[in-house]
Amino acid sequence: MAEATYPDDLLYHDQHDWARLEGDEHAVFGITWYAQDSLGEVVFYDPPEIGAKIDKDSAYAEVESVKAVSDVIAPLSGEVVEVNEALADAPEKVNEEPYGDGWLVKVRLSQPNEAEALLSAAEYRKLLA
Amino acid sequence: MSLKSTPLREKHLELGAKLVDFAGWEMPVQYEGIREEHSAVRTFAGMFDVSHMGEVEVEGPGALAFLQRVLSNDVATVEIGGAQYSCLCDEEGGVLDDLFAYRLGGDRYLLVTNAANHEADLAWLGRWSRGFEVAVRDVADRYAMLAVQGPHARRIVAATVGVELPPRMRVGQVRIGARPAFACGTGYTGEDGVELLIAPEVAPAIWTELLDAGVVPSGLGARDTLRLEVCFPLHGNELTPERNPIEAGLGWCCKEESGFVGAETVARARSEESADRLVPFRIEGPGIPRQGNPAMAGAEQVGVVTSGSFSPSLEVGIGMAYLRPDLAEPGTEIEIDVRGKRRAGRVASKPLYEKER
Repeated sequence: MAEATYPDDLLYHDQHDWARLEGDEHAVFGITWYAQDSLGEVVFYDPPEIGAKIDKDSAYAEVESVKAVSDVIAPLSGEVVEVNEALADAPEKVNEEPYGDGWLVKVRLSQPNEAEALLSAAEYRKLLA
Repeated sequence: MSLKSTPLREKHLELGAKLVDFAGWEMPVQYEGIREEHSAVRTFAGMFDVSHMGEVEVEGPGALAFLQRVLSNDVATVEIGGAQYSCLCDEEGGVLDDLFAYRLGGDRYLLVTNAANHEADLAWLGRWSRGFEVAVRDVADRYAMLAVQGPHARRIVAATVGVELPPRMRVGQVRIGARPAFACGTGYTGEDGVELLIAPEVAPAIWTELLDAGVVPSGLGARDTLRLEVCFPLHGNELTPERNPIEAGLGWCCKEESGFVGAETVARARSEESADRLVPFRIEGPGIPRQGNPAMAGAEQVGVVTSGSFSPSLEVGIGMAYLRPDLAEPGTEIEIDVRGKRRAGRVASKPLYEKER
């Protein structure tokens, strides 16, 4: 998508990641419009293994553009239950639909209350301004 | 230190370019996207602002003798209006810079230097010019430089700028924007095209004319992927004072009998079989090699990646690395340690990308 977009139903991490809570125990993660725009065209996504434990504020995957590689930071802690396999063939989805088909992982949260520390869309937009 | 900017800075900003610090210059790394720009150059025409590159004029009755002394190639073979690629070597044969020399007149040459090396090159050339009847002048401020590259580049430039363009590896003195200029049949992309050295004050108007004619503005990002696909070395990556031209695969532009500075070492390196070799390789699965990644054979590190990228044309990771000579044969299996993950690769022959004919 060409225009900066930050959906209101997501939670944001200041390292330009989003989380979509699904029920009390699960969340889907991805990178924000700003992150994909800064990185440029994504050509490779190196996902974590299913079952991997990931920690809030730590890198859990890598996305690469033609020129650069970028760590992806976990907005919340948990265990990876699903990775977006479709990105292996279509990594450009991260640019085209960063909040939709460009999602990166689904996680079973180990400390769901960590979500309280994340930013709202309005707060994240303020951070970028 | 504040960054230097080219006369086209405003044009880049108007187009929404991402500007980065490159060798002390504020330069566009991309506009719409590297892949799109890369593809435009491979299939149509793209233009690069390369005004950061330096120009040095060498003039005088001793110009040829002086250039024979400092440049690795045989400058005596260059006719008036000709162009030639050379290394500038130090006494140990290390590569200080790589450059094109254009013969503008009987005893007048123009050297185009890499931005990062321009000042050091000037000092080096000044030092070695003593005893020669020659003037070495820094003329970098006199020129903006536009590289227009791609299968349709010549046609569009000829129609837009209205000048006759020289064939490949030749230079023509022309007028562009009613000012003296040089059109050079050279480039750094593996495509046909021209490089225009024009007066800085006319650069914005020429840029706009080419843009209106459909030439795609392209940044240093695409320039890097284009040159890597055709295995052109980059000074600072493949070429450094720690490596000689033979290791770098540039033996073809070294004529030791011309007696250039560093020729003895280069001659010795040529006869040595134990020296490392710069080779291109491609990754055979997922993963993108990057500069500095170790090249491995089993548990042993056998080299280091000098440039690595995703190849927009081949859609795989590609790179160049200095490898032990026994591993330098095309087809040899190697592994690249990409941030702790082993990625299978294979040594390839040059160029990595070749147009279908």
